[in-house]
Amino acid sequence: MDTLVSVFEDNGLLVAFALIGGLMMLSGRLSKALTRGRLQGSAIAILLGLVLAYWGGAATGGEDGLADFAAFSGLSLMGGAMLRDFAIVATAYGVDLQQIKQAGPAGALSVLLGVLVSFVAGSVVAAAFGYTDAASMATIGAGAATYIVGPVTGTAVGASSEVIALSVAAGLVKSVVVMVGTPLIAPLIGLNNPKTAMAFGGLMGTTSGVAGGLAATDKRLVPYGAMTATFYTGVGCLLGPSLLYVTLRAIVGG
Amino acid sequence: MVIHGVAALALCMLAGTLVGEVLGAAVGVDANVGGVGFAMIMLVLATSWLRRKGWFPEPSEQGVLFWSALYIPIVIAMAATQNVVKAVTGGPMAILAGLAALVAGGALVPVLGRMGGTAEPLPPQAAEEKQEV
Repeated sequence: MDTLVSVFEDNGLLVAFALIGGLMMLSGRLSKALTRGRLQGSAIAILLGLVLAYWGGAATGGEDGLADFAAFSGLSLMGGAMLRDFAIVATAYGVDLQQIKQAGPAGALSVLLGVLVSFVAGSVVAAAFGYTDAASMATIGAGAATYIVGPVTGTAVGASSEVIALSVAAGLVKSVVVMVGTPLIAPLIGLNNPKTAMAFGGLMGTTSGVAGGLAATDKRLVPYGAMTATFYTGVGCLLGPSLLYVTLRAIVGG
Repeated sequence: MVIHGVAALALCMLAGTLVGEVLGAAVGVDANVGGVGFAMIMLVLATSWLRRKGWFPEPSEQGVLFWSALYIPIVIAMAATQNVVKAVTGGPMAILAGLAALVAGGALVPVLGRMGGTAEPLPPQAAEEKQEV
């Protein structure tokens, strides 16, 4: 058993390839057997991945889901930001720049609107739960944008560490619900062409959520959504602690 | 050679990330602003130029397409390494805030989609194609 674990640890990335390959095969079967292909295999695989991540985190008390088990630590390399962004960029190969140009204004607007809407929604929920001071509302609102914008804003406006932790949790929830929810809401919001995919990426902003959600919906939409989502966190970090916080403070006081 | 494609992809990604970092520093935020987006545009422009010149033959193309095909497996690995415990145990407020952001954002997609004329949906995929990648 020790030998097995040490071989797995030394070859972490290969373990990850084998494990994900097996998981995708299983998901493909489940998709055909249970849903007659209506729910895509990749959607089921992402869902199973999240369940495994919960189990790994709960069993080990760590922060990296299944990768907290030493034997599966290679998953954090395979699913980490470097390879994820590398693969996202690769999906752009063969993309029609004309489409992007056409949807450009809507895409740019979607990033601004996305930050604003998430911020407002998050801070309203925060107020409903009794966090009525401007710093806490702004921090949780920023967390509803992404789990990076939350702590950046919280630190800048001097929110308590408890509130900052909540903002990270809100951002994590968003990325998970976007991954799971996108294929479900896609038909309702017309998410079936490059233009709406760009709007969607900008409105949601969470790179992991958009990457997972569009993969589970239609892989061809990924480059368009990722293109706008990549601007979101930067814009959020820019607006959250400044314009949005100041405006919020003027409205609620203190 | 396959490595030419992989190298082109890596160069675009590095250049794009650098641009994103510089842009972030320029506007005074500690975040990468649009790095992946710039990298994507660079890849599209660079490869279409190389192809026109005949310097991007099929093997080079394979180096890019391989990573594109690995996209979904990588995203699944990403899902398996998320801090789901913290998301689930964050309490009702965190869950509501996250959900509210999804619903509010999702509701705006059709609105923005109508800006400057609606776009045609992509042609449907064959079932095998869906499962393949």
